[in-house]
Amino acid sequence: MADHNSNETSSDGGGWLSAFAPIAGFGVTFATMFTKVVTEQYPEQKVPTAPRFHGRHQLNRHPDGLEKCIGCELCAWACPADAIFVEGADNTEEDRFSPGERYGRVYQINYLRCILCGLCIEACPTRALTMTNEYEQLKGSTRAGLIFEKQDLLAPVLGGMIPAPHPMVPGTTEQDYYQGKVTQSVSEQQEWVDARHGEDEKAGKVESVKGGDR
Amino acid sequence: MTVTEPSKTAVDLVTLTIDGIEVSVPKGTLLIRAAEELGIAIPRFCDHPLLAPAGACRQCLVEVAMPDREGNVRPMPKPQASCTMTATPGMVVKTQLTSPVSEKAQRGVMELLLINHPLDCPVCDKGGECPLQNQALANGQGESRFTEVKRTFPKPIRISTQVLLDRERCILCQRCTRFSKEIAGDPFIDLQMRGAHQQIGTFSPGVLDFHVDLPYPVVRTSEELEPTVESQTQGSTKDESRGASHDHVTGTYAADGIATRGEAMLDESGQPFASYFSGNTIQICPVGALTGAAYRFRARPFDLVSSKGVCEHCAGGCALRVDHRRGKVARRLAAEDSAVNEEWNCDKGRWAFTWSTGADRLTHPLVRDPETGELEPVSWPYALEVAAKGLLKAREAGGVGVLPGGRLTVGDAYAYAKFARVVLRTNDIDFRSRAHSAEEEAFLSHAVAGTGLGVTYAALEAAPSVLLAGLEAEEEAASVFLRLRKSVLKGSKKVYSIAPWASRGLIKLSGSLLQTVPGQEATALGSAAAAEAVAEPGSIILLGPRLTESPGAYQAALALAASSGARLAWVPRRAGERGAVEAGALPGLLPGGRPVSDPAARVDMAAAWDVESLPSQPGRDATRIVDAAAAGVLAGLLVGGVDPDDMPDPAAARAALETASFVVSLEVRASAVTAYADVVLPVAPPAEKGGTYLNWEGRHREFPQALTSDALSDGEVLDSLASEVGVWIGLRGELSGTAELASLGRWEGAKADRPEHHTVPVAGTTVLSTWSMLLDRGRLQDGEPYLAGTAHRAVARMSPATAAQLGVQKGISSNVTVFNDRGEITLPLALTPMPDGVVWLPSNSPGSPVRSKLAAGNGDAVSVRLAGDQLMGA
Repeated sequence: MADHNSNETSSDGGGWLSAFAPIAGFGVTFATMFTKVVTEQYPEQKVPTAPRFHGRHQLNRHPDGLEKCIGCELCAWACPADAIFVEGADNTEEDRFSPGERYGRVYQINYLRCILCGLCIEACPTRALTMTNEYEQLKGSTRAGLIFEKQDLLAPVLGGMIPAPHPMVPGTTEQDYYQGKVTQSVSEQQEWVDARHGEDEKAGKVESVKGGDR
Repeated sequence: MTVTEPSKTAVDLVTLTIDGIEVSVPKGTLLIRAAEELGIAIPRFCDHPLLAPAGACRQCLVEVAMPDREGNVRPMPKPQASCTMTATPGMVVKTQLTSPVSEKAQRGVMELLLINHPLDCPVCDKGGECPLQNQALANGQGESRFTEVKRTFPKPIRISTQVLLDRERCILCQRCTRFSKEIAGDPFIDLQMRGAHQQIGTFSPGVLDFHVDLPYPVVRTSEELEPTVESQTQGSTKDESRGASHDHVTGTYAADGIATRGEAMLDESGQPFASYFSGNTIQICPVGALTGAAYRFRARPFDLVSSKGVCEHCAGGCALRVDHRRGKVARRLAAEDSAVNEEWNCDKGRWAFTWSTGADRLTHPLVRDPETGELEPVSWPYALEVAAKGLLKAREAGGVGVLPGGRLTVGDAYAYAKFARVVLRTNDIDFRSRAHSAEEEAFLSHAVAGTGLGVTYAALEAAPSVLLAGLEAEEEAASVFLRLRKSVLKGSKKVYSIAPWASRGLIKLSGSLLQTVPGQEATALGSAAAAEAVAEPGSIILLGPRLTESPGAYQAALALAASSGARLAWVPRRAGERGAVEAGALPGLLPGGRPVSDPAARVDMAAAWDVESLPSQPGRDATRIVDAAAAGVLAGLLVGGVDPDDMPDPAAARAALETASFVVSLEVRASAVTAYADVVLPVAPPAEKGGTYLNWEGRHREFPQALTSDALSDGEVLDSLASEVGVWIGLRGELSGTAELASLGRWEGAKADRPEHHTVPVAGTTVLSTWSMLLDRGRLQDGEPYLAGTAHRAVARMSPATAAQLGVQKGISSNVTVFNDRGEITLPLALTPMPDGVVWLPSNSPGSPVRSKLAAGNGDAVSVRLAGDQLMGA
């Protein structure tokens, strides 16, 4: 650094300046007192991340609430840290989680391993996997707790969505979902879910299945 | 893929030039194989070394020039398919490596193939191991000029409970249809429609208008028959009504009436598609058009760790590739072994592997609590201590019988044999947890034990005629069936079968039936027809599992072999049987074919085992062990993987287990024996241990441990148990038993005597004929509903005349009840050309547990009545 160099050269030469040498270092401290403070008061004050910050992953949903993930494992294939574990399964008429034949039954990301490089995002063929700016959840006191399961990663149910499982919008195909022709859930889907919920209640399952705000 | 053309003599070589390199290949070699010899890979889809050339996909186009009459090398005007063209002298071939014409042609074909291909690789099971994917990247062009809408189909079609067809992905290479016709003989799918609409489809009356009356017996019942007639007369396409025969998830149907999920379709004979070999079509499909229901979406190729394996089901010894993920087997494929199974296997070997991972898997040793009478999980040292003490006490109190079962590796069977002789000091050991006879043991000692590699698959293929005596090759030894069929289709081969009726398997072998009443196989083997069948030099007689219940049959077979010069081979049903014979798990046999009755053999083995002497008293066979235990003569039983319901008399076996004062069970899963056991020691299933099976040829089929596991093999458990008793048998390592057995060598001394003649029982009653189907209620097929869905339906078979005596009216489906004083079995009746007074039942199919219900076997007298009240027979 420049200051150091000038100090060194002056001390080499000796002279009257050497008398200030013991306190010269304080000059840096003094000058810094007037510069802009870079310390962030985290966690009292939270500063937004850069918009493309690589934070926690998210498994997105189609506008009607069906999942975009098809369980193809390309993210796991791309992962340089072997942090992702996926197992696909068959969609059935009774349990449909995504449009088309296949969905991701098991989806795990191990954040002890993940290096947040984003290669998985690039590999995803359906834009099911993206990264959020969220980083605060990526801490924990147990190893098991840092393996995020599918329910930890799924995107929130927004307006117009009904959480899976439920049928596709009547009259649409898988292609329509990818071409953006499905914009929100329809009443038939809600009816199906309500009917199913009724059946579950009868069967004694106390599972709450409710649509998002519409 | 390999070149499987048999190597010819140097005389037959032709020399040609490929990409400027001169190569000499046997005459008749296809250009694509000749290129392989040089290490030049020509892209291909339809070509398969074991299937006839088809030239269906056109991917392997190359530029070819040939000398004309004057000897001038002239190029052919257009690129040629190298998979259908044979090499000729002086040919000049230019592949995509040297010829722009070839390269352009191949790129063009690839572009065409991809026009209607959905490119849904992310959802496709084949993604990552797909020849289309790989070759599109290697030989295709990056972009397609096709911008129109792709052809789509409802998908997937379920063509059987376990095979799914996705027509969008299909590139019409016809590997599956050719396999079904050429190899399996079960043509259940074929090309349909023309031009752009061409597709693989199942046979249905709506498409092909086939008729349902067949020249050969078809498994058909009333529920199945009626909808068939209806859909034919109305010309409807309601295919879904036709297959309503299997119990599994009902599916959805697309608008055109094709089942997309759920029920299986029928094949061209009107049967629900129930080929035993359908899994191979999935394996050879070069795209993801055919996928398996069991493996669907389970894993990606890069998730899987592959280990070599050997099938644990039948005595065929097929090589397998075991693919596992995270400590669980995800799928099994047929591995290539040209000497044994070539590249095929049966569906049982492919899919029946979930049995060992069920909830009833034993993980801890169990000891019966003397106070509560319940089995409690305990530590290994404690369990071994209790077992050792109990076995020693039982040994002093009357002796311990050993029933190791027929599914052991050679090393494990050897451990049982050694443990019985050295620790329990008895010859009361018999692996035959099935019907057996003294004559069979004499035959095994005389003609099988210590004979090494005998008749091989290759010999079977080369033999001019093969006589199947008491063996249904397709049901009981599927790889034998495939090899026989291969040579039958080549021409000259003749197959004869000694059986009561011509099974579908025999018809597919174009075989001749030497019709026999069960129990009288000896007479048939001694007949002039049998002698004529094997008269040609080089003929082979295969002896199947049924002969053991047929008095005099082994003796007659030996006599026939001696008089005709034909070679004999014994084809047992279970994977461990030949190995157990070799290991000495029989009452009259020591390892390596040494007879117990021979003092020199006993001295030999005593020296090898470092003991003073071996018990000289020939032991009891399984039936007599069971009887002695039930009578309280034998105080203890050491039982391996034995299901009491497989024993000749299941009730007696249960009684023996009940009565014996001390029972030790070595099992993978909780079984019927567990309920009676005082100590249960868990052992490893084949995927979790290494070992060697000896297949019916006598060939060593070694396989490594696939899954990481701390489960111990039977041999290791017995070794620990012996140590606890205070005897060192030195079989700690996985392959130490196999190695020790090999080091003993074969017995060079006098063989055991030939089996003695037994009298043929009196006829005059209704005689039961029975054999096991490939897919049945076997415990090794548990946990695989998709596989069970393709099992052949259980029916009772009788001749029309016998049925008429019962009052069965022609054209009306009826059920018959087969019964004796032990129980009864009711099944739909199928009229079959067979001897009168005989009724056939599948041995262990759903609804037909012959052993446990009737305690009867092949050749036993039973009674039959119409599922009303009429009586006939005994």
